[in-house]
Amino acid sequence: MKKIGAWFRDQNAYFLVGLAMTGLAVMLGILSFFWTPYGTTAMSAAERFHGPSLRHIFGTDNFGRDIFSRVMQGIGTTVIVSSLIVLISAGAGILIGAITGYFGGLLDEVIMRVTDAINSFPSILLALVVISILGRGKQNVIFSLGIVFTPSYVRIVRSEFIRLRDADYIMRARLMGVKKLRILFVHILPNIFSVFWVSVTIGFNNAILAESGMSYLGIGVQHPEASLGNMLSDAQGYLGRAPWYALSSGLTIVWIVLGFALLSEGIRRKQEGRK
Amino acid sequence: MKYLVKKIITLIMTLFLVSVLAFLAFQIIPGDVVTSILGTEATPEREEALRKELGLDLPPVVRYFSWAGNVLKGDFGNSYRFSKNMNQMMPVAELIGDKLPVTLLLAAISMVLIAVIAIPLGVFWARSKNRFLDAVLSMGTQTAMAVPSFFLGVLVTYLFGILLKWFSPGGYVSYKEDFWGCISYLLFPAISVAIPKIAMTARFLRNSMLTENGADYVRTAYSKGASERRVAYFHVLRNAMMPVVTFLGMIIAEIVAGSIVVEQVFGLPGIGKLLISSISTRDFPVVEILILYITFVVIFVYFLVDVLYRVIDPRISNK
Repeated sequence: MKKIGAWFRDQNAYFLVGLAMTGLAVMLGILSFFWTPYGTTAMSAAERFHGPSLRHIFGTDNFGRDIFSRVMQGIGTTVIVSSLIVLISAGAGILIGAITGYFGGLLDEVIMRVTDAINSFPSILLALVVISILGRGKQNVIFSLGIVFTPSYVRIVRSEFIRLRDADYIMRARLMGVKKLRILFVHILPNIFSVFWVSVTIGFNNAILAESGMSYLGIGVQHPEASLGNMLSDAQGYLGRAPWYALSSGLTIVWIVLGFALLSEGIRRKQEGRK
Repeated sequence: MKYLVKKIITLIMTLFLVSVLAFLAFQIIPGDVVTSILGTEATPEREEALRKELGLDLPPVVRYFSWAGNVLKGDFGNSYRFSKNMNQMMPVAELIGDKLPVTLLLAAISMVLIAVIAIPLGVFWARSKNRFLDAVLSMGTQTAMAVPSFFLGVLVTYLFGILLKWFSPGGYVSYKEDFWGCISYLLFPAISVAIPKIAMTARFLRNSMLTENGADYVRTAYSKGASERRVAYFHVLRNAMMPVVTFLGMIIAEIVAGSIVVEQVFGLPGIGKLLISSISTRDFPVVEILILYITFVVIFVYFLVDVLYRVIDPRISNK
């Protein structure tokens, strides 16, 4: 028993388990673009509501479609959508955080007030505001969540730039007449990535939760495209008849989110160990 | 006192700013309200008349103040989608009025669940010396935090509704008809909202208590002969609760947002369900008021937490 406890305390275990969980999911998602065991829209009246079996490991849904194939496609959609969200928000976060952190001044003050305000609100609420203005759909979810998550990155990047802007090697670079843009993105930026990775993994987590929530509500990814959120929403109607439908889509979300949570915890502990 | 006045002024300024933003956001929406009410085949004269009637011909600043003035008076405008009957528009206030208590009840029950379960759990966890139990709690809370509230709602429906038949899914009874029946139905969505927050709060409290354990006053308390139990409950918990209060404030904001989704799962006629359906049908007057309302709640809760914090911990106000 003690061994299990000690094993969980081991910093690398978090990282490895998280990596294995997210790695498996991402690979299945990418694979779904090329191959799925069955067609994701292939219906079969004879095979409605079959429970999990060797033929259909997650069973079949109300149209006789293979749930595992659709879960794979759903992961694919989620991976693409959340990657784009992280890309937009992290990219914008780096840009804004770098400039406000390095130069400071009034602009910094104003932007910090705005990011504080946005940060304090539940993300799904803000995303709903943007969606209600832009209309629903996949692109708008990506865009709105991209905006909503930007402030969390601004905060991290800004504090790192403030920490490094007066470091000796930056002073030196400045004395040597290196251009400001080069100092920002060539001299400082590479040094913040160790801290940045933790927020990227957490960012994936938030993006996946928010995207699947919005798809569940019917304002995210639209039918017939499968996403884990809209599958769960369909599955809820057949909860009594085919509980495996809801479980397979829901547990997949939990799997990915837990994987990213462990991954970020692992990275964080590794860095703490290094310091 | 001076602090309170300053805080209240900031509160009012923030509320004003938020209302301006909410108003502006719904001004830049693509598409014309008049066209969406009358359709594309209306004559220009009719369009002009309706525009006048709705006050859309006035400049934005004038419209903002007349809108804000009406909101303050409790007149929230009319829904585009719903109407009372053929000739009468449906006021947003009436639409929201009977949905608000549902959401507030849900939030209140969830909050009670979180406070009642998370605080003892966190204390118990911090005091436990059993490494196996520690690993189980650590893994359990980590997993609970990874379950999205809507999936938790589906699981709760399946377990308690379909397998155990403790409640009938979708069979919500209005609080007007049967108050206790309504509460017992709301208990299940509240469980779905509360579980991830319980995990978060317990973890947070535990870490906070473990940090406090190293403090000087703890050593002093022990050396004066206080029992481990007494130190934990009377000395450490009081101090460890400080950051938790702020945390719970943030949780309230998340509960309000989280219940938007959970209401959908359990078919509760609350403001979350109304908000989602209004977004889908582009019923902007309703969306505008709901967003404004939820934002106000969030800001107000933060304000209360800030003030409460100074009441609990007088050391801060002396600085």
